[in-house]
Amino acid sequence: MSIPRPVDPAAPAPAPPRPVGAPIQPSTSASKPSTLGRGRLHGRTVLALACGLIVTVMVPTAVGAYWTKVLTLCVIYAVAAAGAQVLYGRLGFVSLNQVALVGVGGWTFLRAGHAITLPHPLLLVLAGLVTMVVGVLIGLTSLRLSGLALALVTLMAAGAFEIVFTAVGFPDGGSGALGKATGGQLSAALPRPGWLDSDATLFVYTTAVAAMCFTLLWWLVRGRAGRAWMAIGQSVPGALATGVDVTRYRLVALASTSFVSGVAGGLLATGDGRLDPVSFPAQQSIVLFAVVLIGGAYSLLGAAIAGLFYAGLPAVLDQFGVQGNLILVVFGAGLVHSLITSPQGIAGQLHHAAESRRARRRTGGSTGPALTEGSSSA
Amino acid sequence: MLEIQGVTVQFGGVRPLNDVTLTVSPGVTGLIGPNGAGKTTLLNVLSGFVRPVAGTVSSHGERLDAMAPHRRAQWGLRRSFQAEQLVLTLSVRDNVRLVVENIGAPGSDVERVLDAVGLTEPDRRAGVLSMLERRLLELARAMVGHPRVVLLDEPGAGLAEADARQLEPLIHELADPPGTVVLLIDHDMDLVQNVCRDLAVLDFGQLIATGPAAQVLANPVVAKAYLGTEEVA
Repeated sequence: MSIPRPVDPAAPAPAPPRPVGAPIQPSTSASKPSTLGRGRLHGRTVLALACGLIVTVMVPTAVGAYWTKVLTLCVIYAVAAAGAQVLYGRLGFVSLNQVALVGVGGWTFLRAGHAITLPHPLLLVLAGLVTMVVGVLIGLTSLRLSGLALALVTLMAAGAFEIVFTAVGFPDGGSGALGKATGGQLSAALPRPGWLDSDATLFVYTTAVAAMCFTLLWWLVRGRAGRAWMAIGQSVPGALATGVDVTRYRLVALASTSFVSGVAGGLLATGDGRLDPVSFPAQQSIVLFAVVLIGGAYSLLGAAIAGLFYAGLPAVLDQFGVQGNLILVVFGAGLVHSLITSPQGIAGQLHHAAESRRARRRTGGSTGPALTEGSSSA
Repeated sequence: MLEIQGVTVQFGGVRPLNDVTLTVSPGVTGLIGPNGAGKTTLLNVLSGFVRPVAGTVSSHGERLDAMAPHRRAQWGLRRSFQAEQLVLTLSVRDNVRLVVENIGAPGSDVERVLDAVGLTEPDRRAGVLSMLERRLLELARAMVGHPRVVLLDEPGAGLAEADARQLEPLIHELADPPGTVVLLIDHDMDLVQNVCRDLAVLDFGQLIATGPAAQVLANPVVAKAYLGTEEVA
């Protein structure tokens, strides 16, 4: 039974209903890039890649041995920072065990490297896969958590790993399951493969592997998983209502970010062929997260900046004879400044500056920046 | 058909829903009642966000209460929220694509539903849309695929009267496919009367009236609980 609907003679006639599923005309909006634009985009990408390759190869010669080592560390921690960035910037997860996962990757890399002969890239993949399993196992216990509770759980995990690393140590060619030299055994560093002998080559190789890790995360962020992560990060009920399998996508995020952290650990262990437990205190995971916020938590560029700050700034301060612990004060001040003036971090500021420049170009320099939209660049 | 059988929800010592039994026929049905009556809680039960302590929910021959929330969406349940739950940092197109991807609808649905609601700038971010455009985008997301049950929680909230009228043909369109059930909550009685064939009224977690809209609105119990009565001096 239906009720008579009141009709207002002055009201405009409603639009005739269009049957759901009726064929429609293609959208006329300029939503897809033209062939010309796409060609230009590809050209720019190739140019950027070529420039990146040339710069990467030239850096070791330009900066010298010490800074090549420092920059290698920067690249490695940029990969770990990318994991924390994706978890926080997309899903809203505060992950405070990222450095501990780097340690897990390093441990696995050394243990497997001393036990079996595998090509270096395969050792890195193995380190990544084992770390992925560990990261997912930690994540499984916290799938229903969020916010402060999740942050605390991951911090506890980092604390647990710190204790385990200190008690067990890192493999150094000894026998037994833990691979630790004891008694009369001599400890040994894991030798680098011959083709990776020089620090300059290691830097280029590390940068190439890091680029692959960034590409993997970028591909996920820009695709279906990235959209689901953003929906989850904004509202879990909202995501569920759109059919997003929240548990599955959280696991995909944990698996991918743990994997790249494990690979970073393998790269870290490659440098000297050994690792020290003092490099992986729980506190460092907090510092890395803070630096991700400074660099920019909503963009992979922010992770790259975070890596530079995390491993590069202490070396810079060291050059000036400044006490190393002062870096915590520097990062603390930077974090406060960033949260007050630019919650999207340095990457967000760079993005806005580039957008403003493009806007000025479009309008012939007659107008200032008029940016009101939030950035979600990958 | 949507069948709600003996649903009871308990939060501590409070029962926002108490033994609610309701059968909703295909077409648009309004769910009205005063604030705190349990309307949104009932929608949350149907969506799977709130687990009832008793009762069952079934539709089209399947038990919905046995499905996880995202499975209900994949089955054909759509939901809009009082405070819209769009992904503000994604574009209009990607907000729809999110639904398309996760319920397994054809990719062409993105353009179809955006065209249906009249959103012509799919590359704009959802965060910069006006309130009306956000409501339209929510309706577009509800149109994706083959919805069987559509739950609309105050789609007219925050809209000017003229804007709210623009939603009416779209809500009718949602209910067009045979067998589709649309359950609408709104306090805009013009909108409710214009689009709803039947009404159900909740008060203090209990169903106090149900039936054809005209009959329910004339019910003195409903008038006393929700609509109010004009006193003659």
